Amino acid sequence: MKVGVVTFPGSLDDTDAQRAVRIGGNEAVALWHGDADLKGVDAVILPGGFSYGDYLRCGAISRFAPVMDKVVEAAHAGMPVLGICNGFQILCESHLLPGALIRNDHRRFVCRDQLLRIENASTPWTSAYTQGQEIRIVLKNGEGGFVADAETLARIEGEGQVVARYLEVNPNGSLNDIAGITNERGNVVGLMPHPEHAVEELTGSGLDGLGFFTSLVEQTFA
Amino acid sequence: MAVAAGDPDREQPWSELGLKADEYARIREILGRRPTGAELAMYSVMWSEHCSYKSSKVHLRQFGEIPQETPIGPMLAGIGENAGVIDIGQGYAVSFKVESHNHPSYVEPYQGAATGVGGIVRDIIAMGARPVAVVDPLRFGPLDADDTHRVLPGIVAGVGGYGNCLGLPNVGGEAVFDATYLGNPLVNAGCIGVLRHEDLHLAKASGVGNQVVLYGARTGGDGIGGVSVLASETFDADGPAKRPSVQVGDPFMEKLLIECTLELFKAGVVVGIQDLGGAGLSCATSELASAGDGGMRCELDRVPLRDSTLSPEEILMSESQERMMAVVEPADIAAFLAICAKWDVEAIVIGEVTDTGRLEITWHGETVVDVPPRTVAHDGPVYERPYARPAWQDALQADGAEKLARPTTGDELRATLLQLVASPNLCDKSWITDQYDRYVQGNTVLAQPADSGMVRVDEETHLGVSISTDCNGRFAKLDPYAGAQLALAESYRNVATGGALPLAVSDCLNFGSPEDPDVMWQFAEACRGLKDGCLELGIPVTGGNVSLYNQTGETAILPTPVVAVLGVIEDVRRRTPSSFQAADERIVLLGTSREELSGSEWAHVVHGHLGGLPPQVDLGAERDLARTLQDLVGLATSAHDLSDGGLAQALAEASMVSGIGARVSLEGDAFVGLFAESAARALVTVAADGLDELKARAAAHGVPVTELGTTGGDVLAVEGQFEVALDELRTAWSATLPAALG
Repeated sequence: MKVGVVTFPGSLDDTDAQRAVRIGGNEAVALWHGDADLKGVDAVILPGGFSYGDYLRCGAISRFAPVMDKVVEAAHAGMPVLGICNGFQILCESHLLPGALIRNDHRRFVCRDQLLRIENASTPWTSAYTQGQEIRIVLKNGEGGFVADAETLARIEGEGQVVARYLEVNPNGSLNDIAGITNERGNVVGLMPHPEHAVEELTGSGLDGLGFFTSLVEQTFA
Repeated sequence: MAVAAGDPDREQPWSELGLKADEYARIREILGRRPTGAELAMYSVMWSEHCSYKSSKVHLRQFGEIPQETPIGPMLAGIGENAGVIDIGQGYAVSFKVESHNHPSYVEPYQGAATGVGGIVRDIIAMGARPVAVVDPLRFGPLDADDTHRVLPGIVAGVGGYGNCLGLPNVGGEAVFDATYLGNPLVNAGCIGVLRHEDLHLAKASGVGNQVVLYGARTGGDGIGGVSVLASETFDADGPAKRPSVQVGDPFMEKLLIECTLELFKAGVVVGIQDLGGAGLSCATSELASAGDGGMRCELDRVPLRDSTLSPEEILMSESQERMMAVVEPADIAAFLAICAKWDVEAIVIGEVTDTGRLEITWHGETVVDVPPRTVAHDGPVYERPYARPAWQDALQADGAEKLARPTTGDELRATLLQLVASPNLCDKSWITDQYDRYVQGNTVLAQPADSGMVRVDEETHLGVSISTDCNGRFAKLDPYAGAQLALAESYRNVATGGALPLAVSDCLNFGSPEDPDVMWQFAEACRGLKDGCLELGIPVTGGNVSLYNQTGETAILPTPVVAVLGVIEDVRRRTPSSFQAADERIVLLGTSREELSGSEWAHVVHGHLGGLPPQVDLGAERDLARTLQDLVGLATSAHDLSDGGLAQALAEASMVSGIGARVSLEGDAFVGLFAESAARALVTVAADGLDELKARAAAHGVPVTELGTTGGDVLAVEGQFEVALDELRTAWSATLPAALG
């Protein structure tokens, strides 16, 4: 399977995401923000970082990148799309996901190994996990507080659109301890923590993030 | 030029620009006339203490006496380049350096610290290397002081804000608190970069007719005179507000600059390159020209500006960040500019290399600078500052901590342990390090709270590098010669405990005013100590930075020669962790313990005392210990350096971090055993059936082994003295910074 990883100006975890895709057994394809071309990939990852410096609202400029027109089009057609951290922010700005991400409630950047519970194991990115499985992966963000209006929040909770929830500590003030969500169709997932930093014993918080990269299987898109 | 010639005796503001009368006279002598305003600006910033090293140069020269090779290969670039470069094998080289940004960080903590990171990263890029990690040795006033609460959060946020946005993992550093840093915090920033040997680039403008390209951010009014005004003067309560002298950072632009520059190198379109840091265009043009074919002509009108009202003097002095200068062959200019355009980086040809031996700069068609570049960049003033052993040094050394009242009962020892682990210098630093991304790039093998930082360089071969930065300023105050060697020894030891081979040194020498003979003596002694230490350990100094005038009024900071040691490890998978890994393993102490308490954390925290002689330096023993630690890779299950806080702190950290307790028994005086800070020691664990082998390997290097006890349980217990639950220990250890800083 070919998984595209988009590099925006200021993307930082793009090479890490490519590595995770390879470790997960798939082929990583580098995509460039300025090219309105998905190069025939089967799925897309928007990686973490500070695209355009996050000087405006996080993700607010990247959503206008030429490649995003194609990503939005493909997402509407059912292609699996995963946005990690800054990628999650871009997905919200692109209206592929509901809600928004705001500055952490304690006003500081935070980097820690974070315990999560997988709340929805039926998306193409989480099917390798079991419902309710607890995993510990890296979290690092300055603007990771998930917010939505009461009606939206009730809807995504009611429809099972919460993909992962923080346990032990809510690191950024996210409503309902939400760490990740999916769209109504279930093909687009946004996640604030970083599974790509938990795919090797030696260099991250363990192997708990690998499932996000092994979940993709051919038949999902047949 | 014409104006200067026609008006030879005009009063010039050389004094306001920080020049001394004899320095101004020397400029007139070099030029054979009075300098133009633009020339005066250039000379004043380039001859400032920060850029010219005029007070320190005579002492730094001795580092050149150390053989210019590491234990495994030649030094590929050394002192005088943007950053040192050493061979690490497999065709890879590493560039690393530590620099200070102390004064700007006092004035404007966030931007001062942020641009400190930005500056050191550009030094590394300029060598042709991809930056792979940063470290940040920091020093603050007392944790409970108001001004610490003003500067610390901003400095930490600035280091994190810039480094995180660049995508560089922060893998090490220090946070030390002492009253002498209250009005003068230290913000040192280090960076490691990796390159292939063939990608090494040097800062020189060669090839007559080659084009000089300025690329990156536009030039603005920020940081004008920052070098001369900020770095070379003591803070004076009555002085004018200096805020405009601090630069403002744009890490997003720097990230683009990194990717753009690496692509330029890859395309082979760069002949020479230099970053624009302190002294901005003055520095880049004069240093490039001076190191190359000796001439350069630039049109200042072409420099893209953020503020169109800037004068030529201001453009030459501006320290606007995120700018680079490259020398490019005319045939490659189109390709060069296309790569910059791809990364949305503005680039423009502002001049060309000449063979005139002159640096000529024009503005609106007039020549405003016409100087021999070497006189600006390399032939600045050199001072033989007077120095003498301070009158108070003997009394200080006679006042040893060994005579102070000590805890005697088990309960008192227990209380002392809890007091020390919670003290600002020994407590958990997560409040700080959790604001730094330590995972980005996916190659971080060791980071805080490990003894050293370690990153993987090659995913196929598992080659990696390791770095540690250390300095105990109290030891350096008691004896600057020994103190510098102890800093070197600690950093060297920390790299070795992780299983890496120490290769080379970069230093950041932070001292008070060079005009004070007491301070100058400390500086001279520290340099001599570092040189002798490096000679004995067989590792070179690849470069570094000097920061002087770190004092508030008459009070100088503790002499703080921060030493960074870089090491290599052939297979990062075989690194030795620094916390306990399993229960029922044997705990041993490597090295010799002595009753050495002067300058210790115990004397500092419990008695507020500083006096006596620092721990004995035995670099032969350090080398033997390091070799033993390398020999124990794969056998030792963990290794932890003994330094600040002694054995007690090492045991506490190794158990708190892992959640695995320990039960130890100490022969002799338990207090001395726990809290003395003798050097050349490490705490090591080994599986029970590996103990004999460990002893044999240590004996082969002549390193004494003391069996202490066994890992396991959920308490730290010292037989016959006390027990403390890990939860209680961890609560004390981790509560301090959040309680003070929120």
